[in-house]
Amino acid sequence: MERRRFVPKHFTLILTVSIVLFIACVLASLAFGARWLSLSELAEGLKSLHSDTVTANILEKRWLRTIFGLCCGAALGIAGVLMQSVTRNPLADPSILGVNTGAALFVVCGMAFLRISTPQEYIWLALSGAMFTAAFVFGIGSMGRGGATPLKLVLAGAATTAALSSLITAVMIPRTFVMNQFRFWQVGSVGAGTWDSLLLLLPFLAVGALAAIFCAPGLNALALGDEAARGLGVRTGWLRLIAAFAGVVLCGASTAVAGPISFVGLLATHVIRLLLGPDLRFLIPMSALSGAVILTGSDVIGRIIGSPGELEVGVVTAFVGAPILILLAMKAKVRSI
Amino acid sequence: MIMKITLSHTITAETVEWIRAGRISRRRRWLLVTGILAFLAFALCAAMLLLGNTIYPVRDVLAVLAGEEIKGASFAIGTIRLPRMLAGLFAGFAFGISGYIFQTMMRNPLANPNVIGITSGSSAAAVFCIIILESSRTVTSIASVIAGLVTSLLIYVLSRGKASFSIGRMILVGIGIQAMCNSMITYLMLVGEEHNLPAAVRWLTGSLNGVRMDELPSLIVTCLILVPLICMFNRPLMMLELGEQTATSLGVKTDPVRVLLIISAVILAAIATAITGPIASVAFLAGPIAVRLVGIGAANSIPAGLVGAVLVLAGDLIGQFAFTAKFPVGIITGIIGAPYLLFLLVKLNRRGDF
Repeated sequence: MERRRFVPKHFTLILTVSIVLFIACVLASLAFGARWLSLSELAEGLKSLHSDTVTANILEKRWLRTIFGLCCGAALGIAGVLMQSVTRNPLADPSILGVNTGAALFVVCGMAFLRISTPQEYIWLALSGAMFTAAFVFGIGSMGRGGATPLKLVLAGAATTAALSSLITAVMIPRTFVMNQFRFWQVGSVGAGTWDSLLLLLPFLAVGALAAIFCAPGLNALALGDEAARGLGVRTGWLRLIAAFAGVVLCGASTAVAGPISFVGLLATHVIRLLLGPDLRFLIPMSALSGAVILTGSDVIGRIIGSPGELEVGVVTAFVGAPILILLAMKAKVRSI
Repeated sequence: MIMKITLSHTITAETVEWIRAGRISRRRRWLLVTGILAFLAFALCAAMLLLGNTIYPVRDVLAVLAGEEIKGASFAIGTIRLPRMLAGLFAGFAFGISGYIFQTMMRNPLANPNVIGITSGSSAAAVFCIIILESSRTVTSIASVIAGLVTSLLIYVLSRGKASFSIGRMILVGIGIQAMCNSMITYLMLVGEEHNLPAAVRWLTGSLNGVRMDELPSLIVTCLILVPLICMFNRPLMMLELGEQTATSLGVKTDPVRVLLIISAVILAAIATAITGPIASVAFLAGPIAVRLVGIGAANSIPAGLVGAVLVLAGDLIGQFAFTAKFPVGIITGIIGAPYLLFLLVKLNRRGDF
């Protein structure tokens, strides 16, 4: 008799490919930019990282940027999986649900009215903004018959995003100092990261990722429906709360340090789910990996297209990620929308 | 048997009377509301010309409009305020009427050029023409009309899916297209090294700042041609609102009418977008407000257009004078429109439409 397979099909192959892509992205992110480094220069620079040559200096900046991008991408990837499984909704993503914009609004208000200017202060505002918005959007989206259908949630998210981004502009326009600060925060994306803000992100990333892995088996059961999950001994209320909280913390923290970046969670999760199937114990770590690859890759693309400057990574991810939303909408049955 | 017929006969006579009375009262209400809206739009236009850093007397304004040269006033009114007023009036009218046509034909308030992202397609094309190609105004207008038509066709084709067409799917596809167009606009802003906020705000939310007189003819001419055309199709449009089958059985050739009206609506929205940017929420708000004011059972294209114009002009005046800072009109209409969208969602959700 054939043994039941616990590891998804082709898992080793997919893992290997992901790791290869990961390394390729890291190398590309180190090599490309305003000044392109050749492989030999790269090797040279990596050997003497703390010396004072031009290459070493460039590499130090790019290391920071790369690690920063990887961490944010991983956070957004996990946040995407968590939100999708908590809401049992294939279209959930921090940016589509407006959570990013909520975080951004709070940060802008903090800049304008409380005169804050450091990432340490942004992060708490961004987190509370993300939580309020998530609760609000989910509240509106789950009203009425049938609970939170994908279409209702997306529409509530889109409407909330529209309202909040108008408010952001309205707060920003009369205050030139906020506009400059905010533009750096928003445009800077992964390029503006410092070691300090990276250190700030890491604890949140660690807590969120641990909570996600801890929740994975329960969320697997939840995918069968609330009653089935309860029958299997899962305390659904708590599980939902913890998983949603972890998701919001992850995307709020990454928004605070990197600015609003859209569609990474959606893209990462769907690519991996297509390849691996729905088992969250594999989906969560792999989405983190693919989120990191997607964000770093998009950042490299943005630097190549926008050279000698750079194109915000959020712009690239929106352009790459939006077609996924369209594809999902096309595939979905009318009923389930 | 005979009694039955006479009974139904008397009821018919009464019914005819009743229907006629209803028709007359609706007609009266339509005229009244349209008159008030037109007056309001006119008053706002006058305010747009009169108000500003210096407030000129009515006599001077009229003199400038008649073509006289008055030092200072000629520049302020003729070069700055008049184009701004005309752009607001006609773009608002175009957005309002095009939103109303979409909403009526799709029988869903969410289906309109704003929400499903047709205006963002036009906007992206306009930015591309202006920044990259540095093309003339005419070319820009034509390109944004073509982009608007292509975007709506694309949204329609993509949202047909494997099974049947659904509004829900169309809205989702539209949100995706909108995200792509907006990211393209941001990219173009960056490439053109005109990454300044005023330009970005104009092309992402819409604004009347810096409209010039030579941009306006295309918008005005298009409005003057298409609005009468749309009004000629008021009746079929009302029948389409009753549903495909009812309209067909009432003698409407649904497909040609639908295509014609959609194309006119897209052209209107696109040509207005090429000049002012996609002024947020106007196309989405105008229809429902007009229907609420006039009541159902009347052709509301003209009232909807007027509501659109009033919204844009009032929004621009509020943005210019209500606060210490000057806000572009799109921000004001966006802040008004988004809560209404949320309210609408709550209402639709309660009713269980989704």
